[in-house]
Amino acid sequence: MKLPVYLDYSATTPVDPRVAEKMIPFLTENFGNPASRSHTFGWTAEQAVENAREEVAKLVNADPREIVWTSGATESDNLAIKGAAEFYQTKGRHLITVKTEHKAVLDTMRELESSGFEVTYLEPMANGLLDLDAFRAAIRPDTVLASVMQVNNEIGVIQDIAAIGRICREHGVIFHVDAAQATGKVEIDLEQLPVDLMSFSAHKTYGPKGIGALYVRRKPRIRLKAQMHGGGHERGLRSGTLATHQIVGMGEAFRIAREEMAAENERIRRLRDRLLAGLADMEEVFINGDLEQRVPHNLNISFNYVEGESLMMAIKDLAVSSGSACTSASLEPSYVLRALGRSDELAHSSIRFTLGRYTTAEDVDFAISLIKDKVARLREISPLWEMYKDGIDLNTVQWAAAH
Amino acid sequence: MAYSDKVIDHYENPRNVGSFDKDEDGVGTGVVGAPACGDVMKLQIKINEEGVIEDAKFKTYGCGSAIASSSLVTEWVKGKTVDEALAIKNSDIAEALALPPVKIHCSVLAEDAIKAAVSDYKAKLGVADDGYEIRKSAA
Repeated sequence: MKLPVYLDYSATTPVDPRVAEKMIPFLTENFGNPASRSHTFGWTAEQAVENAREEVAKLVNADPREIVWTSGATESDNLAIKGAAEFYQTKGRHLITVKTEHKAVLDTMRELESSGFEVTYLEPMANGLLDLDAFRAAIRPDTVLASVMQVNNEIGVIQDIAAIGRICREHGVIFHVDAAQATGKVEIDLEQLPVDLMSFSAHKTYGPKGIGALYVRRKPRIRLKAQMHGGGHERGLRSGTLATHQIVGMGEAFRIAREEMAAENERIRRLRDRLLAGLADMEEVFINGDLEQRVPHNLNISFNYVEGESLMMAIKDLAVSSGSACTSASLEPSYVLRALGRSDELAHSSIRFTLGRYTTAEDVDFAISLIKDKVARLREISPLWEMYKDGIDLNTVQWAAAH
Repeated sequence: MAYSDKVIDHYENPRNVGSFDKDEDGVGTGVVGAPACGDVMKLQIKINEEGVIEDAKFKTYGCGSAIASSSLVTEWVKGKTVDEALAIKNSDIAEALALPPVKIHCSVLAEDAIKAAVSDYKAKLGVADDGYEIRKSAA
């Protein structure tokens, strides 16, 4: 076993060697510009780009003509939300999203607010899922677009995209879905799903970083105002020379995902359940987010009375993420966990484990024993654990200082 | 975040972890910080009849720098008189541990913990408080 053990697949995934192998020729011999129409260098590159487009479309059951290449999910989110909001602003200037969205969506919304749009940020329920009645109630006559992620990056919960999309359809609201964390983990069928715009990333699904795509529905057709201007690539929606090798990588990664996801997800689910079983018998541990409506590779768990950053320091043989961002004087716990109504303490003490293609049972067993050992050690020196053990309700304590 | 070797040493081998009975004579207990802020320190000092701190114990919930700051303080206060202990400044702690600017609050908290423990000790003695806010220990 190689240390540290990587359990942070939701941050990024390694490029699958099969993907890397496919990419390399497009850096060296097949280096042509796919927009070159006058020689075989261009034609070869264009063919590769279109094959990849087909693979991306196939994974989500879309038409290849509905796929627009971008630099990643952040750019896709920006293009979808700003592009639709600006194009349709004469119909209305109200947008809806959820407080647990990725910053790429939330900050884009904030940016639109500064140019006169109004945004409703919905609270999720305590399990992280969106309350459909609250969503329906938030829709106004001037609502033009709603953006809800399919799979949450921190807690892995899967939103009911079909139901949310149906509500959008009933009210003529454009529906954007950030699916960066969903591809290869949940079935996506855009012929069935009432979704208008969907963002994808390659590097969360064993493809390279720096490449993504935006699905833009053709029937009924969704129009966008371009955000990147230039040579008119991608039917004018996103100018810029296509990164052939990256695109080839994304196509291959999504092809592998389509063919292997069923078996892979079952294997990963068993490992995740093994990890959960190993940690769940500890005292005062809390799972963040719904366990049923959740991708198989995510476990987000709070170890009460242990501070997240010191726990991270103790488990440096595990590459994981913490919900505690203790990097500034004002300690800010995860906004996602706070939106679920978790206390600051529990948000501070959370660890996100995300498993993936190369995770083994041995990795999981190592993680369980390391975590158990270190949590016990930190609780031994935690005054909060001592108070808890003495039967003191921490909510009744008057804390002395506010730092 | 990169920690200094001193922080890592105190974090991995914290000195004087534990608790005294807070009702015992000569024991002063200071609890500072708040769980919501991500750090809580409990510092206890045991003072003999000559007014010298003969033992100290701590427990800390917080990041590595917070744990190291409180661990270091237990080493420093031992053998000092109460007044000498009160002279320990957060800047001394920060310097000794090479804390980065974002972790200065950990050393501030450790200084506060000394003051709170001394205040508690004096309050128990019935000595007039000399300007420090008396904090009732939670533990």
